[in-house]
Amino acid sequence: MTSLVTDTRTVFSRELRPTLRSPFTMIIAMVQPLVFLGLFAPLLPGDRSAALQWFVPGIIVMSCLFSASMTGSNLLFEIQTGSHERMLVTPLRRPALLIGRALKEIVPMVAQAALIVLVCLPFGYRFHLGGALLGLVVMAGFSIGVGALSYTLALASKNQEWLFWTVQQTVLFPILLLAGVLLPLDGGPGWLRTLAAWNPLRYVVDAERALFDGDIWQATTVTGLVAAAGVAAFGLFVGVRAMRTST
Amino acid sequence: MIETQRLTKHFKDVRAVDGIDLTVARGELVALLGPNGAGKSTTLRMLTTLIPPTSGTASVAGFDVVRQQREVRQRIGYIGQGNGAGHSQRGRDELLSQGRAYGMGLRQARTRAAELIDSLGLGDVADRTVSTLSGGQRRRLDIAMGLIHAPELLFLDEPSTGLDPQNRANLQEHILRLRAEHDTTIVLTTHYLDEADSMAERVIVVDHGRVIADDSPARLKAEHVGDTIRLGFDTEHAAAGAATVLSGRGGSAYGKELTIRTESGPRQVPGMLEDLRSAGLPVASVEVTRPTLDDVFLTLTGRSLREGGSKTDGTPVPELVEV
Ligand SMILES: Nc1ncnc2c1ncn2[C@@H]1O[C@H](COP(=O)(O)OP(=O)(O)OP(=O)(O)O)[C@@H](O)[C@H]1O
Ligand SMILES: [Mg+2]
Repeated sequence: MTSLVTDTRTVFSRELRPTLRSPFTMIIAMVQPLVFLGLFAPLLPGDRSAALQWFVPGIIVMSCLFSASMTGSNLLFEIQTGSHERMLVTPLRRPALLIGRALKEIVPMVAQAALIVLVCLPFGYRFHLGGALLGLVVMAGFSIGVGALSYTLALASKNQEWLFWTVQQTVLFPILLLAGVLLPLDGGPGWLRTLAAWNPLRYVVDAERALFDGDIWQATTVTGLVAAAGVAAFGLFVGVRAMRTST
Repeated sequence: MIETQRLTKHFKDVRAVDGIDLTVARGELVALLGPNGAGKSTTLRMLTTLIPPTSGTASVAGFDVVRQQREVRQRIGYIGQGNGAGHSQRGRDELLSQGRAYGMGLRQARTRAAELIDSLGLGDVADRTVSTLSGGQRRRLDIAMGLIHAPELLFLDEPSTGLDPQNRANLQEHILRLRAEHDTTIVLTTHYLDEADSMAERVIVVDHGRVIADDSPARLKAEHVGDTIRLGFDTEHAAAGAATVLSGRGGSAYGKELTIRTESGPRQVPGMLEDLRSAGLPVASVEVTRPTLDDVFLTLTGRSLREGGSKTDGTPVPELVEV
């Protein structure tokens, strides 16, 4: 008998298989944030290890956001060829189609996070393992939501790929900047901070910073979890609806 | 097995399917025949839960296609018009994940995949990346995926498009065997008239989203077209004379040729020849043509199936075979 879990596993392992068969693309994807980190971190003011302490969780969240938002891009091609349609006719549970695909984008992300942390250790970066693991759970929830939204976007832009890329790129950067990933929001004007207050990613980033530092019993952890769960629920709801009504 | 009432699908201003009433019993093999854009795929996509109907209802394998999608999906197989296998995947892997999607255990899925790979002649290519397969090989892989869970009801949207004659024959045999051994109900769409003719005992002709004929190929042909008998004579005068002699049979002379449309051509020819001989009008040549489903279509719509309609959804227009 199948369940949501086995269905998700079926989708997930199908998606992951080609990636595992060509690890080269995964290696490229892993190196990207390192390059970013290497070029950006030296620009941060103040004490280097304090800067890393602030910056590393942000970079991990960023690469997680990027990966998850790519969920729909693989789908675009499968919609055209007919293999997506073939999966839709199977009894696979609709949320499993969304979650399985989103999780596949996150697996390289976990490896990425580990690599970033390892590379930063010699430069004085310190992290808390338990906190970081809980942080990964928060990010996974968030990514499932973003992945499902990316999936929905792909469904909406079938036969017009430019739409997918335009929306994806246009939405990604404001979300990133309004979350205080690259630069702190504290010094920003009031309107900017108001906008940021509505950005769920912002709560995820705040939670990750505290968690990676080992401050687990914090309000930020709760708000981060709530924000991630909210995005996941919203994404799955929208995604399942889109699958039902998409022609 | 299938029961639809006024099943309708509109895309903006296109009436892709326009009120189809359809009943298919268990074990039937039905062919949907119609030109490009007739609404065949759209009908199948509604019956397989892929798109919701604009109006009307459909029950498939005993369940409603809108309210009981999961139950429907568990009982049907679908081989769409496109390619079901992911291009970056390997064929065997796709078969396995397809089996898992239907709740088969890993070992069971492996055995079944191996069986299908073998019987569809995919042994040499099953472990290659799908994007490197030829069109026909991909098509056979699609078919293997649709059969993995041995569904009780199978939908095939132009299954044989892109296959060479040998593989086409092989596929037809496969489908017929499936039906003989498992009593599978089969609904397929096709442009290959000979395929509809030789496989299906029921042909549903669709045009502009409506059913315009629904019967066995033999009866469709007899009812809507009949056979054509052409008698050749040495002179136009003789042909005209023959027309008078055979006037009761409704012939028309043109030049040195007399053409007669009738229901049972081969049985009537001997009698005609007899009559003409007694009238002193020797026949130089005889030709009896049995109608094709294309003739049926031509009679029903005034258009040839081969000319087809325009195609707007971007999938390649399948080639039609001459029959
Ligand atoms: N998703 C869609 N959006 C808009 N119009 C569509 C869509 N799908 C089909 N149509 C239109 O509906 C009509 C019926 O299309 P359908 O694909 O059902 O035809 P068909 O009989 O399968 O044709 P073919 O033999 O070319 O496969 C066509 O006019 C087509 O352009
Ligand atoms: Mg079609």
